[in-house]
Amino acid sequence: MAKTMAYRIAGETGEWEVVIGLEVHAQVVSNAKLFSGAATAFGAAPNSQVSFVDAGFPGMLPVINEVCVEQAVRTGLGLKAQINLRSVFDRKNYFYADLPSGYQISQFQQPIVGHGTIVLDLADGSTREVGITRLHLEMDAGKSLHDQNPTKTYIDLNRSGVALMEIVSEPDMRTPEEAAAYLRKLRTILRYLGTCDGNMEEGSMRCDINVSVRKPGEKYGTRTETKNVNSIRYVQQAIEYEAHRQVQVIEDGGVVVQETRLWDPNKGETRSMRSKEEAHDYRYFPDPDLLPLELDAAWVEDIKRTLPELPDEKKARFMADYKLPVYDAGVLVAERSRADFYEEVARGRDPKMAANFVIGDLLGALNKTGADIDSSPISAAALGGLIDLIADNTISGRIAKEVFADMLETGKPAAQIVEEKGLRQVTDTGAIDQAIAAVMAANADKVAEFRSGKDKLFGFFVGQVMKATQGKANPALVNEILTAKLKG
Amino acid sequence: MTKLTHLTMADALAGLAAKEFTAVELTQAHLDAMAATKELNAYIVETPDVALKQAADADARYAKGEQRALDGLPLGIKDLFCTEGVQTTAASHILDGFVPPYESTVTTQLFRDGAVMLGKLNLDEFAMGSANITSHYGPVISPWSPKDEAGNFTRKLVPGGSSGGSAAAVAARLALGATGTDTGGSIRQPASFVGIVGIKPTYGRCSRWGIVAFASSLDQAGPMTRTVKDAALMLRSMAGYDPKDSTSIDLPVPDYAAALTGDIRGLRVGIPKEYRVDGMPAEIEKLWQQGIEWLKAAGATPVEISLPHTKYALPAYYIVAPAEASSNLARYDGVRFGLRVEGKDLKEMYENTRAEGFGAEVKRRIMIGTYVLSAGYYDAYYLKAQKVRARIAEDFTKAYEQCDVILTPTAPSAAFGIGEKMDDPIAMYLNDVFTVPANLAGLPGLSVPAGLSSEGLPLGLQVLGRPFDEATVLKVGHVIEQAAGPQPLPPLVS
Repeated sequence: MAKTMAYRIAGETGEWEVVIGLEVHAQVVSNAKLFSGAATAFGAAPNSQVSFVDAGFPGMLPVINEVCVEQAVRTGLGLKAQINLRSVFDRKNYFYADLPSGYQISQFQQPIVGHGTIVLDLADGSTREVGITRLHLEMDAGKSLHDQNPTKTYIDLNRSGVALMEIVSEPDMRTPEEAAAYLRKLRTILRYLGTCDGNMEEGSMRCDINVSVRKPGEKYGTRTETKNVNSIRYVQQAIEYEAHRQVQVIEDGGVVVQETRLWDPNKGETRSMRSKEEAHDYRYFPDPDLLPLELDAAWVEDIKRTLPELPDEKKARFMADYKLPVYDAGVLVAERSRADFYEEVARGRDPKMAANFVIGDLLGALNKTGADIDSSPISAAALGGLIDLIADNTISGRIAKEVFADMLETGKPAAQIVEEKGLRQVTDTGAIDQAIAAVMAANADKVAEFRSGKDKLFGFFVGQVMKATQGKANPALVNEILTAKLKG
Repeated sequence: MTKLTHLTMADALAGLAAKEFTAVELTQAHLDAMAATKELNAYIVETPDVALKQAADADARYAKGEQRALDGLPLGIKDLFCTEGVQTTAASHILDGFVPPYESTVTTQLFRDGAVMLGKLNLDEFAMGSANITSHYGPVISPWSPKDEAGNFTRKLVPGGSSGGSAAAVAARLALGATGTDTGGSIRQPASFVGIVGIKPTYGRCSRWGIVAFASSLDQAGPMTRTVKDAALMLRSMAGYDPKDSTSIDLPVPDYAAALTGDIRGLRVGIPKEYRVDGMPAEIEKLWQQGIEWLKAAGATPVEISLPHTKYALPAYYIVAPAEASSNLARYDGVRFGLRVEGKDLKEMYENTRAEGFGAEVKRRIMIGTYVLSAGYYDAYYLKAQKVRARIAEDFTKAYEQCDVILTPTAPSAAFGIGEKMDDPIAMYLNDVFTVPANLAGLPGLSVPAGLSSEGLPLGLQVLGRPFDEATVLKVGHVIEQAAGPQPLPPLVS
């Protein structure tokens, strides 16, 4: 469990605990929509990817896309969740211009995936489990464009019918940071599975936040739901804002109203959208156009067998096999391509050194340019080549940093840079002898001090020798010879 | 020689194959009859250009000896089937100007087999009604309506509904056959009222794709014809698995006409005691008894059976069907097609459009349906109705352990006059009392003309069968048809 300090809001009447549950809408990676053959690519011209089914034309019927079902099952398995072999699609009825048929096909009482778990990786290296209540499949609505015309609203139905997984957490989170960790971890898992690209900016992962506050140990307070928050940072901000607002309301003698709220990122506040009284009565009922979804247990097992190694297992393996500290393992497994990159670098090499280069040098450099590891100017093989030069004493660790910077800039292999710039480590004892002799001659007073017991000066001599050899002297040899000479 | 419009589909096929007449002549004869009989209001839209083109194509195929199963047969299409490039209204104002860019699966299959479309047939608005009086395009008048010597109607009879245009057109010889749809009896009851044959196949037998939905779990397309054999021919073209309809069933479609052997020896015919409802006219009871005698005479064995939940069928139906309809009809919102009545904002536009676009019966059912699905009422109404539905299906499953088909009257009365039963929706709903259970259970049901009422109006008997056993249903219907003998023509047909 987390060793972190409990997150509490200090009110006038004492401390308040924040209770958070998240509902994430994750767009399923599939070529076609949930119930039609229309395409799903992002950024297509408005209304260019719309079938008559998506547009709610008379007599049109939905047909389930098996790929989307498989993706939902894959996700459920990745969340260690129960897969329901029988699930039912329901109609959620409400009128809106971007909902062509007047109902959304969703799953209400019998979702495809039941209870599961996500392990959060917190900043201090500790972990915390958050329950998944359910995952269900549903179709997305279209998009209303209010800013295209002063008096009209335009409708783009490209998104209408696109498959979403609604992933609902238990109210298990207690801090904005946990909520952020939950979203990051969920996104990581979805990306590992290839079931959602997790891109919040493009709207392929959207988050509704349920927040309530209570005095520690008391029962849950009334919650509000804040809709469609489209970045992890905003999720944290919205939770902070909403929790403080609720505390204020209660301490001012009011009651929190169960309602739907909207996050305004410009003002950094949540606003009431509709109260419980104004809430839609969705009149859910099983969609008579679709038969209950019956899955074959063997089919589910087949999917299970094709699951990739997931981040938690990968992290455990990295710690066990590569003896990496928890922090390093956590950073490396956060993205599948990053972990793969690391493993290629580490293969047959010092795993800790590989981790240091990938995390400290490469990720740090990529971070500055905003690039991800897939577009790294240094390939895993090239980075491995650099590490090999350290391992075989061609260059020192210090020179390696310089070579790395050069590789980043020029894309040249490490060995070529070392040759061209003459950075090969000096292992010629004669040359090192000479350098040491010169340094000792120039610093006779310090030699005397050292010999009279001032051991700390050893570092000074090493530095001087390295400086004299432009850093190319093999540090181990320098140490060895210097020790002998100084003791003289 | 028989008038071309009076031929059965089977005889017309033979005549076409024998080059006695052409498909164009056959089609033109129907177009002429339609032009002369507009007072019945059977067609909403006539499509002579389409028809004559299709007929000419059919003739070309006959000339080459490449004719298809229904080649050159002029049919009417209920205006609930979307037809590509031809206005489709569902008899509702709200679909004003809607021209589908697609063809329903059932009509696609009919045209594939060479059928000719004469036009789109009137119906109750969104197929909601039992008398064809709720159409935005006005009521359909039955060709059985009596006229005085001056040629004025003395009483306008309803053709039944919702497939009233289909029934009137086939009975009045304005089409050799027609498509219908049946959600609670909408093929069988009008067939009974006008003295023709109509079969509602098993749910899932015909694709619903491209048919304007009323109640998705109940809707089923079927043929309306003048003989059982014609129904068999037409059903074979209409039926079949469609991957675009998740509720259609992937089973082979038999040669239904081949099943009409007349041999029903040893067949057990269930007679449900619960269908002797209070207030049923004696002549209906008598007709039913007559039907039992005919089947017995043909070697079948009547068996008394019990369908104990029958009395709950109608109430359950009038919860389930409106519930689904309330959702199915949400798409008619003025945004993308059909009627739009502007308003100051989106909500007002919805309200104006739907207030003006839907008729009273449709609004009634949308409200009932919305109510029974509402929070707090769902369990008491919708869920309870679904449980009743399951019991009714069980009743039939048990009954079919004792019998092979079930024989009942099709409707509790003969046709009534336009304007009668109008003020009492419940009385109107009672028309469906014998037909609704088959929809709730998804079973095939056929109505076949069996005689006349004391007023000289047609009465039908209903044959229900096991799931996907339309062949036996048709076979039994054929035996009744033969036993009943030739039926008189409607007075408006000469």
